[in-house]
Amino acid sequence: MKVGLFIPCYIDQFYPKVAIATFQLLGKLGCEIIFPQGQTCCGQPMANSGFASLSGGCDKNFIANFSGVDYIVAPSGSCVLHIKEHLNDGKSPAEAEFIRTHIYELTEFLTDVMKLEKLSARFPYKVGLHNSCHGQRGLHLSSMSELVAPAFSKPAALLNMVSGLQLCLPERPDECCGFGGTFCVFEEAVSVKMGVDRIKEHESNDVDVITGGDVSCLMHLEGIMKRKGSKTRVMHIAEILNSEL
Amino acid sequence: MNPSHAKLAEAFNADEKRTDWHDQTLWFVRQKRDKAAHVLPEWEKLRQWASDIKDHTLSNLDVYLAEFEQKATANGVQVHWALDAADHNAIIHKIIRDQGLTRIVKSKSMLTEECHLNDYLQQSGIEVIDTDLGERIVQFRKEPPSHIVLPAIHLKKQDVSETFQEHLGTEAGNYDPQYLTQAARIHLREKFIQSELAITGVNFAVAETGGFVVCTNEGNADMGVHSAKIHIGCMGIEKIIPKAEHLGVFTRLLARSATGQPITTYTSHFHRPRPGQEMHIVIVDNGRTRQLGREDFRNSLKCIRCAACFNTCPVYRRSGGHSYHTAVAGPIGSILNPNLDMKANADLPFASTLCGSCTNVCPVKINIHEQLWKWRQVIAEEGLVAPSKKYSMKMMAFVLARPSLYRIAGSAGRWVMRNLSFLVKVKSLNPWYKQREMPDAPKESFRDWYKKNKEV
Repeated sequence: MKVGLFIPCYIDQFYPKVAIATFQLLGKLGCEIIFPQGQTCCGQPMANSGFASLSGGCDKNFIANFSGVDYIVAPSGSCVLHIKEHLNDGKSPAEAEFIRTHIYELTEFLTDVMKLEKLSARFPYKVGLHNSCHGQRGLHLSSMSELVAPAFSKPAALLNMVSGLQLCLPERPDECCGFGGTFCVFEEAVSVKMGVDRIKEHESNDVDVITGGDVSCLMHLEGIMKRKGSKTRVMHIAEILNSEL
Repeated sequence: MNPSHAKLAEAFNADEKRTDWHDQTLWFVRQKRDKAAHVLPEWEKLRQWASDIKDHTLSNLDVYLAEFEQKATANGVQVHWALDAADHNAIIHKIIRDQGLTRIVKSKSMLTEECHLNDYLQQSGIEVIDTDLGERIVQFRKEPPSHIVLPAIHLKKQDVSETFQEHLGTEAGNYDPQYLTQAARIHLREKFIQSELAITGVNFAVAETGGFVVCTNEGNADMGVHSAKIHIGCMGIEKIIPKAEHLGVFTRLLARSATGQPITTYTSHFHRPRPGQEMHIVIVDNGRTRQLGREDFRNSLKCIRCAACFNTCPVYRRSGGHSYHTAVAGPIGSILNPNLDMKANADLPFASTLCGSCTNVCPVKINIHEQLWKWRQVIAEEGLVAPSKKYSMKMMAFVLARPSLYRIAGSAGRWVMRNLSFLVKVKSLNPWYKQREMPDAPKESFRDWYKKNKEV
């Protein structure tokens, strides 16, 4: 199985450890991983700001880099959702269509494609799970509290395979953290307040670590926690699933 | 021009305790809605039916509105058509003037808010008393409602006490809700008894029967209408449904979505004037056909004004209704208002994280967060975003489409963050840094690491 590893721009630049954990984890599980060197960004920052018309260059570049693999996997629900919903190129419609339907967020890839049932990882800490909105409501990584439907959670199922890990959910299990792309700067006050409230709920559970599938949300929460001098850390779910036994 | 949502929301957040209280109060309503929805195994089916009925109706709006007019007229109701807000206000003004009436009551109607009827009538020397308790409170304070179902939800009982002390002469410092409600009740009862003309909203109008339904929890619509000799119902063209048998789908969804109740306390059906009474219906377009013609946004006309999207919206809960500077606030308002005035409301589609919770709670399945995304595209195309934002987006798109340039920019950016960190630590220039630390800038990107380690 040839897996194209998509490392979103800001993870490449600021959180290489998340990318390394994703790369190592997929390798351990027997995937043949290709990391296309010319990849940059999915184009979401422009599109969410109203400038989807400017993301053509990103689309073209993405298609040039990721054609010819069986699956594309990324440790970021929101970038994956953007590609699924908006990747397009008039000149290579078939390639774009293939990519849109074969791109996976890491936890859904492990659950739905690799059908992972056990994992040799150990992480003896109390962990709070932050469900990122685009992964949850966009990619349906877990059931949503608004809908009348059976409960499930792909990231929680994976975390429960990690030995020693104690999983805690906040009281509002799927409320947005307030990152929201450029929302975090253009609506700074509300964005921070939303983050502060999310953190408060996790801290009342006395967690050691807040984890999730989107580094963007975690980066926002980490920024607030560092400013406050909180002892709680953030870690991407790949780092926990890749932790050694 | 209005201050932007971001500015108004920042001002709202200055009082953190009040923000917390606002958030928790509305979250409580959202939880009540969840409980009410989750006891109905057919909930998702109901939403689908409601959505399908509305789809069908919006595609045949002309037919059903004409049928409604014919049936209502046959029932002895006078039907008026209003192209816009000015028309709507003028029609109502004429009815009042022709009869020379002065004692007018109104039960909550967001359409009359949308048309600014109160201001218009007041300028002509006519006063209208809002009879919904929350509406009356904000009317005393000369404020618009901050929520379409809970119009005074931004106020605490202390605020209400002060307002009533000023306008109704209640005791200073008496915050007892029972006492305050009683004072309002006595005051409003007087107005009801004197009412010569009652204006109500319309929740649903039934084409098949020519009748319409008004839902309230305080019974104030009935109280006003029953003593007045003239009743005017104001409805947007999208309030029509084909048949009486469809009503149950909507009334079951409306109350549960709005407040978590199985049904509103009063669900009143009006068909014809009682002997000696006049009944009018004003059917208003005010931009609705324009929205109907916008393929990406026509779905927004399905809205039944339950406000579930307000209560679930993490941004609304922490910014308050007035930050949306429009009659209909919240997520639904952010997709309806750019249609009414795109320039004045260009900020609203950006007042969201696109988390999608609004879409999930919507009882008629409006794809609210997708429409917010689409409005952003339209607004950018119309040149209604700040030039600085447009310029930075163009720069970003240019760099990100060029892998080698991206790599250089990335390393340069990280170098600056490590070595010249003061540059990014100017709070007035970097809103991120105002209340958050910057992420650490590692020496090595993943790409650098990969080149060295892929074979290891």
